[in-house]
Amino acid sequence: MSSPKECKLPSTSADSAEAEVFSLSASTAKMKAVAKKIRRHIVTMTGKAGSGHPGGSLSAVEIVTTLYFKVMRHKPHDPHWPERDRFILSKGHAAPLLYATLAECGYLPVSELCTLRQMDSLLQGHTDCNLTPGVEMSAGALGQGLSFALGVALAGRLNKQDYRVYALLGDGECDEGQVWEAAMASAHFKADNLVAIVDNNGQQIDGWNRDVMNLEPFPDKWQAFGWQVIEVDGHSIPQLTQAFKKTKKIKGQPTVIIAHTIKGKGVSFMENNPDFHGAAPNEIEVKLALKELE
Amino acid sequence: MEQEVSLREAYGKTLLELGLENPDIVVLDADLSRSTMTHFFAHELPERFFECGVAEQNMISIAAGMASSGKIPFASTFAVFAPGRCFDQIRMSIAQPQLNVKIVATHGGITVGEDGSSHQSIEDLALICSLPGFNVIVPADAIETAQAVEAAVANYGPFYIRLCRPKSQLIYNEDYRFKLGKAVTLRQGKDAAIIAIGLMVKEALEAAKNLKQEGIDCRVLNMPTLKPLDEAAIIKAAETGAIVTAEEHLEHGGLGSMVARVVAQHQPVPMELVALKDTYAKSGKPAELLMRYGLTAKDIEQAVKSAIKRK
Repeated sequence: MSSPKECKLPSTSADSAEAEVFSLSASTAKMKAVAKKIRRHIVTMTGKAGSGHPGGSLSAVEIVTTLYFKVMRHKPHDPHWPERDRFILSKGHAAPLLYATLAECGYLPVSELCTLRQMDSLLQGHTDCNLTPGVEMSAGALGQGLSFALGVALAGRLNKQDYRVYALLGDGECDEGQVWEAAMASAHFKADNLVAIVDNNGQQIDGWNRDVMNLEPFPDKWQAFGWQVIEVDGHSIPQLTQAFKKTKKIKGQPTVIIAHTIKGKGVSFMENNPDFHGAAPNEIEVKLALKELE
Repeated sequence: MEQEVSLREAYGKTLLELGLENPDIVVLDADLSRSTMTHFFAHELPERFFECGVAEQNMISIAAGMASSGKIPFASTFAVFAPGRCFDQIRMSIAQPQLNVKIVATHGGITVGEDGSSHQSIEDLALICSLPGFNVIVPADAIETAQAVEAAVANYGPFYIRLCRPKSQLIYNEDYRFKLGKAVTLRQGKDAAIIAIGLMVKEALEAAKNLKQEGIDCRVLNMPTLKPLDEAAIIKAAETGAIVTAEEHLEHGGLGSMVARVVAQHQPVPMELVALKDTYAKSGKPAELLMRYGLTAKDIEQAVKSAIKRK
């Protein structure tokens, strides 16, 4: 009989101080520490669940960390605060990343992360907005998030609210035609309160993007659809911070941040390894990964 | 001859009236606003009208995003495109989170006519009724249409309202009060019950009138709400010992299938389904098509006789 899988999560300071959650002045060193903690959560929780999507969660850690801890206006203790900035996770399989981030912010207890994908858990395999505090959209069927985010952005404009909407897409997700319907419409409606971020890790389930379905010239496509394009190293918190700052100054058109990332980032044997797109690390791999993330 | 009134026009005008009262109502269309008649709203309240172009999937998910931000979006296109073209968007963006989006689809059924099978929606009710928690309404005339649209605003949650293209004679007068989830008994009778939706309600009434002359006394029910289904009314209709359903839709997954489920579970009686059999229809005039595909009063009369024979 096998012993129950371990789920030892790193301790957190999130519950103590809301003020700590989003601070524009947070140092890069501090942000890196948060990012590492979130990486450890992702490895631990998918390992415990025995399934899930660690690769595309690990690649977007800095993007989501920068948003929640530096850029976005939000109140973890009031998830429905009307003035909050909205984060729409379109690549719903990166749910472990969002859950870990929400837990670190204080939306839910960190201990809840161990229940990922189990019966009666608040944390479904893919996001469910009616179950998890802080989750804005139910996702998992790719290609719908940018349209949804545009709807949220247009509603904000109608309501004369100045919140901003951030939608995180996968690059493989951009195979979906609806992404380009939404891209066209966002520029048509001049949605300058909408920012798309593409986690451009170059890989999808069946392999490299270029072999599965070539996306290039990727930035040119967005530009041709009427978007302002910013390219960054998606693991550089200073570059991401600068890019998000810049998006606030762009008027009359939406902005896309193409974040060049590495799938499985932070764990050597997961990096650029499509096997970890939709498979969890086993017990030994969890231990090895956590050692690397010390 | 009785006056014929457009259900689509009733929708468009009611939507504008409601929009003038309620600032949360927004309207989306996919390049068909003059056919769906959302153009009345677009003309008067342009800042709350969103033309999405020929991109129904995008329209549905935008509507979902708006609903999640407190708006009451009405998204309109032809019934063949919603749910047909954007079923996954409706499923994932609207049904799963139970968002407050109202899809009003026009040009339902085969009476779209000359445009042919590509534009004739014969599967939409099966698709939309399969989604947990969706409210589904098929109004029988312009008066019921207006009240169904009001009900969609008054009740939180996802709605699908299916309208036909042709004008149709009024079944109801202004005293009528639509109740969500409730069937309407239009005629009492003891020998069999005809349960109909949409344009087939008028055919059912005509069939009952003709059958009366032959000594067959039919009850006629309009079942405007397919979901939630008025199961009590169906069980009561089974008291007559025979049920015939009539709809402008495939017999798979539409009104007939849903009534049969309730009848089989609670009070098995012989049933006949007047519906499109397992086939696509062709181009033609609406009346010619209804005749060719067995959707007339005469067909209902035949079905009633068959069902009664099996009592």
